[in-house]
Parts: sequence; C-alpha cells; structure tokens
Amino acid sequence: MTILLQTKGLSKRFGGLTALNNINLELESCVILGLIGPNGAGKTTLFNCLTGVYPIDGGDIIFENRSIRGLKSHVTTSLGIARTFQNIRLFGSMTALENILVGRHCRMKAGVWGAIAMNRSTLKEEKEAFGKADELLNFVGLKGQGDTLAKNLPYGDQRRLEIARALAVKPSLLLLDEPTAGMNPRETAELTRFIEQIRTELDLSILLIEHDMRVVMGISDRVTVLDYGVKIAEGSPEEVRKNPKVIEAYLGRLGTMMGKRAVTA
Amino acid sequence: MVNTKKIYLPIVVLFLVLLPPMVGNYWTQVLGNIGIYVMLGIGLNVVVGFAGLLDLGYVAFYAIGAYGYALMASPHFGIHIPFWVMLPGCVALAAGGGALLGIPVLRMRGDYLAIVTLGFGEIIHILLNNLDPLTNGPRGLLRIDAPAIGNFVVNSPFRWYYLIFAGIIFSAFVADRLNNSRIGRAWIAMREDQDAAAVMGINILKYKLLAFTIGASFAGIGGAIFAARQGSVFPENFSLMVSINVLCLIIIGGMGSIPGVILGAVILIGLPEILRGVHQYRMLVFGGLLVAMMIFRPTGFIPSARRKMELRE
Ligand SMILES: Nc1ncnc2c1ncn2[C@@H]1O[C@H](COP(=O)(O)OP(=O)(O)OP(=O)(O)O)[C@@H](O)[C@H]1O
Ligand SMILES: [Mg+2]
Repeated sequence: MTILLQTKGLSKRFGGLTALNNINLELESCVILGLIGPNGAGKTTLFNCLTGVYPIDGGDIIFENRSIRGLKSHVTTSLGIARTFQNIRLFGSMTALENILVGRHCRMKAGVWGAIAMNRSTLKEEKEAFGKADELLNFVGLKGQGDTLAKNLPYGDQRRLEIARALAVKPSLLLLDEPTAGMNPRETAELTRFIEQIRTELDLSILLIEHDMRVVMGISDRVTVLDYGVKIAEGSPEEVRKNPKVIEAYLGRLGTMMGKRAVTA
Repeated sequence: MVNTKKIYLPIVVLFLVLLPPMVGNYWTQVLGNIGIYVMLGIGLNVVVGFAGLLDLGYVAFYAIGAYGYALMASPHFGIHIPFWVMLPGCVALAAGGGALLGIPVLRMRGDYLAIVTLGFGEIIHILLNNLDPLTNGPRGLLRIDAPAIGNFVVNSPFRWYYLIFAGIIFSAFVADRLNNSRIGRAWIAMREDQDAAAVMGINILKYKLLAFTIGASFAGIGGAIFAARQGSVFPENFSLMVSINVLCLIIIGGMGSIPGVILGAVILIGLPEILRGVHQYRMLVFGGLLVAMMIFRPTGFIPSARRKMELRE
C-alpha cells in the first residue's frame, strides 16, 4: 500500500501551550483512520495544521510524497485534502448546490473574461460542474434540496452538505471533524454507513475525528489516540480499546473529575 | 425565476427607453444624474455586496476615471483623445487604482479595511486639490470634450440619457455574469466565511484583489462619463459624500442585488429632487425616510436572493 499522508515530528504551540507535540502519523491510501482523544487533546488542531489554517512550529507534513509544510489552505485543498468543520461552516446564504460548486472551485478554470463572455469552454465547464454538484447532492442524500439556502437546511442535512462540499474538491484525503456530533442514534448509524460507502465508492482515505466510540470502533481500520497533544496509542480498534493508557486517559480524567466533585460536595 | 426575468426585463428596458420624451428636459437631466450613480452602485456592489469588503474610498476611482478623461480631452494639455478611445483607458486607470489600493489592504478585514479605504479616498481628493501642475487644483479642468460619433455630438440631456443608459446596461450585464460564475461564487463564499472559503480552495488574496480591481473599473466608466457630461471637473465633485451616497444606495436597495442598486439610486438621488416641493424640510424628510427604511426593511428594498440554479443552456 502506498503512503498518502505522513507527519514527522509535527508540533504546534499556542503561546505556552503545546497543542501538538512531536506527532508521527502514517496514513495509507483508501484507509479510514480514527482519531480520538479527550476534549482539548489537539485533534482539531491537527486538522488545522494539515489544511494550512495554522502554520506549524516543528516537523514536517508529507502528502503524496511532497512536503506541504507552510502551504496556504487553498493550495493544500487543490492538492487533494478536503475537510469538514467541527462547528458547521457552510456558506449560509448560498444554496446547497452553490455550496457544492464552491467546493469544486479549485477544479475549474474560468477566469474573469470567461465568466463575462460565457464562451464555449466556460459554459461546458459550468454545465459539468452543475451536473457533478447534482450528483453529489444525490449521493449525500439531499436530492431535491439543491435550491434550499444552506442555513435553512435541518442540522443533519447541513452536516451532509458539508461532506458533499468537501467531496466536490475530488480529494484523495478527506478530513471529517466529528461528523456525527449532535445527531440522534438513527442519524448517527446512517452517517456511519455513509462514511464507509464514501471510502469504498470514491476510493479515498478518511481521517475521522469522532467522540462516539461505536462509530470509530465500527468503521476505522486503525485508531490513533491523542492526549494533551501527545500520541499515546495507535493500532487496530481492538488493540486501542484494551490499551491501559487509553483507558486511563479517558477514565483517569473522569476519575479526577469525580474526585473534585467529591471534594466540593 | 429565469422566465419571469425574461418577461419583466424587456418591459422595464422599453419603459426606460421611452421615458425621456415623456418627462422632458429637466427630469431627463435628473435621470442622467441618477444613472451615473447606478453605475457607481453596480461597481461598488461588486466590492461590498458580492465580496463583502467595506470600501469607503470608492470615490477615488470615480475621480481617477473623470480626471483621466479630463486631462486627455481638454485644452489643459491641449490633448484631445476621442471619448471612445479614452473610455477603455479610464477603465484601465481606475482598475490600476483599484489594484494599488488592493495590495496594501489584502490582509485587512472589516473595520480596518474601512478606515484604510477611507484614507485612500481622502488622499486622492487632496492630491486633486494640490497637484496643481497636473490637476489645476481647485480651479479644476474646464472645456472638456463631449463624445461624438462623426458629426453627432452627445450634448443634450436626451442624448446623454441614452449614452448613460447604454453604460448601465453594459455594467449590469457584466456584473450579473460575474455574479453567476465561478468568480462570483468565490466572492460570495469569501463574504460568508473567509476562512472556510480558503479551506474550500479559494485563493483569498487573489479574489480580494480581483474585487477591488473590477469594482474600480466600473467607477472608471462612470467618471469618464461624468467629466464629459459636465464638461468640467473640480476636486469638490469627488468628496467623501460620493462614497457615502453610493454605499447608502446599495444598502437601501439591497446589498448584492443589481435591481436593488438601481432602485436605491432612484430613491437616494431622485427623491431629494422630488422633495424640492417641501423646501427647507427636504433633507429632514429625506433623512427620516432613510431611518424608517432601515428600521422596517433592514435588508433593503430588493434583497439579493440566490436565485434558482437551473441549468442554463
Ligand atoms: N487558535 C488557538 N489559540 C489558542 N489555543 C488554541 C487554539 N486552538 C486550539 N487551542 C488549544 O489547543 C488545545 C487543543 O485544542 P483542539 O481544538 O485541537 O482540541 P480537540 O482535540 O479538537 O478537542 P474537542 O474534542 O473539544 O474538539 C486546546 O487546549 C485549545 O484550547
Ligand atoms: Mg475539536
């Protein structure tokens, strides 16, 4: 299997806080890697570093055999890294279809003159883009919602639209930041199946941040655990589940929380 | 949506073509004034409405267009380049000005951007007043050539009306095409959430610069027309009030919407003329109307609705 993404000693600091400390990751093509860890572990920060939102302070990121350290967001995206956000960040007053078209921006070429003249190549490109966007809309289960403003969609549909928008980039790596957050169990189960479907049908790798253990353990090929910016475990879902360090990271914190409660009570 | 547009657009255009003979010289003149503001509104709308960049110095590009033509078509330097040749030149000059302003403010947002653009507008105003050898200072530039096609000189309110009308049709067409393209979608995404837009693959610096440059181009046309129509230009024609008025008409009409811009200009520039009847209370009534309007219709008269995205062949 070829290695798609690799981080080498990746570090990120915010002032005195080390949000990511010497992280080494490897991700092959067509794999789902679950990324878990308690609140504030640095999971979202890792996404932000991979997508050029934050500059990194140390180490390197290798994507498809080239370093992407220091590249701007729009460049990492056009290289094939697309993502969703923990707090949905759709373009609210654009329609669902337009949101997806924005995702396709980096795969289109029309410039100012093309847009004004609407010449044959622009027209063809637009038609293709609309067709693709429509397909994606159906693929994520939002058929017929194309003209709805993103902000007027129900919450679960907004999450799906965000995935469609990311898929429009034609990524080889998809980063999903807690895609099932705020969903009920039925919606969660549906989305879980859908994420698997994305991987198999679209032939891409997924890095999945998820708090719902059933989701992560159910569909991840491998799981990586972060705690306080450090990678504390890695392996198959089974291995990780049994790893004492992981149990401590989750339960340990729960334990101190209970302890505090006992003291204050 | 597309179909209703096909019906009402020709009716509106026909009505506007037939309007001048019905209203006479004076009101045709007023309509011309409104028309120039419509053009400025269409241009600033690209920057503020589409791309979401608050530009308070838009008058600078209007001035660049106007002085660009005035200098090249008046006895001041004794140069007399025809209007139709200078028009693209004025567009290029204004676009250059837009880029010049755009580059230093690329990394700024919101309030900071507003302040710097405000300063830029004032700088141009001050330069017009003080660069005597070039601009003739407060005395302005006089006897500017009128546009002509052969022996047909554009020199009456009626003729100007139709020239401005053509300019508006052209500007609205260009702005509409941009709005409904890859470029326009990038601008609107950037306006909605700049960081998310960047992560979705939009080169923010490029699209900001593009918005400033293209927005300014429209003001270049407006400026050249203004100079040729008035036959003279003075620094006080290009005060902060122009920027404010253009911004106001966009807000009144409905941010991001081209029909909104047109209606906004009619209200903001036309209403004070209509209100001449109430003499000294004119500006008071006018101000009151604006306040009431913003309370009862904060999104403007014709807010932009992202229209149905049907495949257009
Ligand atoms: N822009 C920032 N400036 C300062 N500190 C930040 C910034 N972004 C994140 N942090 C800090 O970095 C740490 C890691 O945050 P991060 O958002 O990556 O956690 P997370 O693992 O995604 O947690 P959650 O499960 O709550 O989403 C936290 O302590 C957070 O407060
Ligand atoms: Mg997070």
